[in-house]
Amino acid sequence: MTQAHLEATPKIIGAAGAPLTQKGESLWQDAVRRLFRNRAAVLGMTIVFLLFLMAIFANVIAIKPFELQVLVDQNKVPEWMVSLFPTMKDYAKFSEDYPIGADYVGRDLFSRIVYGSRISLSVALIGPLISLIIGVIYGSISGYFGGRVDNIMMRIVDILYAFPSLLFIILLMAFFRSTLSDIEPGTFAYTISKADEALGGMLFIFIGIGLTAWETMARLTRGQVLSVREKEFIEAAHTIGASNIRIMFKHILPNIIGPLVVAETLAIPGYISLEAFLSFIGLGVNPPTPSWGSMISDGSRALRTYPNQALFPAMALAITMFAFNFLGDGLRDALDPRLRGTQ
Amino acid sequence: MSRYIIRRLLYMVVVLLVVSVITFGLMHAIPGGPFTREKALPEATLKILAERYHLDDPLYIQYTSYLYAVLIPHFTFTPPSNSLADDFLLNVKLGSLWIRWMNFGPSYKSRSRTVNDIFRDNLPISGQLGVMALTVAISIGMPLGILAALKQNTILDYLGMGVAIFGVSVPVIVLGPIFVWVFGILLKWFPPTGWGAKPPYFLGFLPSDLSWEFFKYAIMPSVALGMASSAIIARLTRATLLQTIREDYIRTARAKGLHERTVITRHALKNSLIPVVTILGPLFAALVTGTFVTELIFGIPGMGKYFVTSITNRDYPVIMGTILLYAVFLVIANLLVDITYAYLDPRIRYD
Repeated sequence: MTQAHLEATPKIIGAAGAPLTQKGESLWQDAVRRLFRNRAAVLGMTIVFLLFLMAIFANVIAIKPFELQVLVDQNKVPEWMVSLFPTMKDYAKFSEDYPIGADYVGRDLFSRIVYGSRISLSVALIGPLISLIIGVIYGSISGYFGGRVDNIMMRIVDILYAFPSLLFIILLMAFFRSTLSDIEPGTFAYTISKADEALGGMLFIFIGIGLTAWETMARLTRGQVLSVREKEFIEAAHTIGASNIRIMFKHILPNIIGPLVVAETLAIPGYISLEAFLSFIGLGVNPPTPSWGSMISDGSRALRTYPNQALFPAMALAITMFAFNFLGDGLRDALDPRLRGTQ
Repeated sequence: MSRYIIRRLLYMVVVLLVVSVITFGLMHAIPGGPFTREKALPEATLKILAERYHLDDPLYIQYTSYLYAVLIPHFTFTPPSNSLADDFLLNVKLGSLWIRWMNFGPSYKSRSRTVNDIFRDNLPISGQLGVMALTVAISIGMPLGILAALKQNTILDYLGMGVAIFGVSVPVIVLGPIFVWVFGILLKWFPPTGWGAKPPYFLGFLPSDLSWEFFKYAIMPSVALGMASSAIIARLTRATLLQTIREDYIRTARAKGLHERTVITRHALKNSLIPVVTILGPLFAALVTGTFVTELIFGIPGMGKYFVTSITNRDYPVIMGTILLYAVFLVIANLLVDITYAYLDPRIRYD
């Protein structure tokens, strides 16, 4: 058992002096138990689960295709909207075909919000994945080998850190989008741009997020590796002749993965809002693909007359962010009770 | 300490050089030039334009001459003219000698303006928004965090942390339209869009009269922008204060009969401030980049729109100018934070 030091069965010396064995509970079992006892975290988890269902079965739940434009139905709203926005009575055209209204080109808002969850949730999955992979490898190499390697690697991170990441992403987006639009078939760049097109423009969002998000992770991993590196069990592993790679993956990584997972979960709302932000300024997903960010951007132009067009996607975005924040807080409390604020 | 600061300053210069190289390289790698139009301009016109802006020079010459114009102070006996090529940000007169520094070049898109004009007109407004938002973030965040920590596990704590979780979960692109709709359109408390301050500015960026005329425009956007940061500050303040309160030296302070207020302000708060100071660097970065969506939502004539439009227009000098400007802000903010950090916590070694 490589995690033996974590899962050691505690021996409790009873009153009579005889050792009593208590059934061991692993760190993870303990964490899961604590997580499920936290009501806010359970609520967050439930919402996240439902959101994932919504994203997976979007084509079943949505009542219309997201790109279907019915120009005569521009800005139409259902009757009940009047009770929410009384001024609409005077100028709105009504149609019960759209549960929460149609947008400025006559697309169903509800269906677009449902499909929009796909973008936000894939960012919530892929963002942490990319930054974990790059950041953990980079950070553990830097922390494990130390010395000059560490120094050079961390200076590189420092420089990248000082680079305003959002501006970098905007530059990259402009670069990707325009370079690959007029590229000849058969090349690598063409394949990428086709893949991006197929994903509705998400690929470049992933690349942009991945290129900037790993730095924090690398720093955190390095710090964690440094704190574990000098422990006795690592020394023990060295003496029995374990290779560097084995020590890194089998001995160090399992011990530091907790804080890393917590940090990543807490970073998810950041990725979601970054995507929404990019789509809001028009550098995110490609136009027909719905993203909550671009829907808010389109809707805020009609905020005076049809507030439903901006407020509903805004609600969807806020609820998702809430859910991930609750889940992240819960995970942190469960995996690292010290951080809960010393109860 | 001074050695540390000098080292950090040198380091800052390296960072800025790298930023400028990457930006310069990337922006020239983007296909299409500043004068690419839907309806192509005649060959001869393009040639003249390229010659005028030195776009026909090799890239390394363009880069070095840009750096030269921006970095190296110029000493001349001729007073500043109105020429677009002759617009420096700093002009100092010593007798008949002019010392002139930082020429960021002309804008390709708006032909009658220079990048320095854009800085002079629009930067103060973004600066005002940023300062207001930072004020909101600190003045809401710190008291909320302190209150929550001192009244831990009471209704005040839960309420405060509820507000905080709301703050981190509702980004400015959500909060902005909601504010505009509720307070601007429905209740008509504030004008939904626009900005109240007009030049001349005090100290170059502060509005010269702080009247309702300024605040009625500024309150909504700065709360919308500062909310998320105030939530982060509140949570961090609470967590560190809770940890500090349980330290031995706090017990000692209480044991020797100090007033509870003295214990909190003198001993606990000062020590729990350290992590809060460290977060101010990244927070400042978030505020700075956040200003430009906020400006888009609230129709504020700041620097924001130039970030996106300069890139789509391939307006090279404006791209370089805005990105370098923000990079300078960020590295200076980080430097100040690190120095404060080292000052607050003497255990931090400078090497």
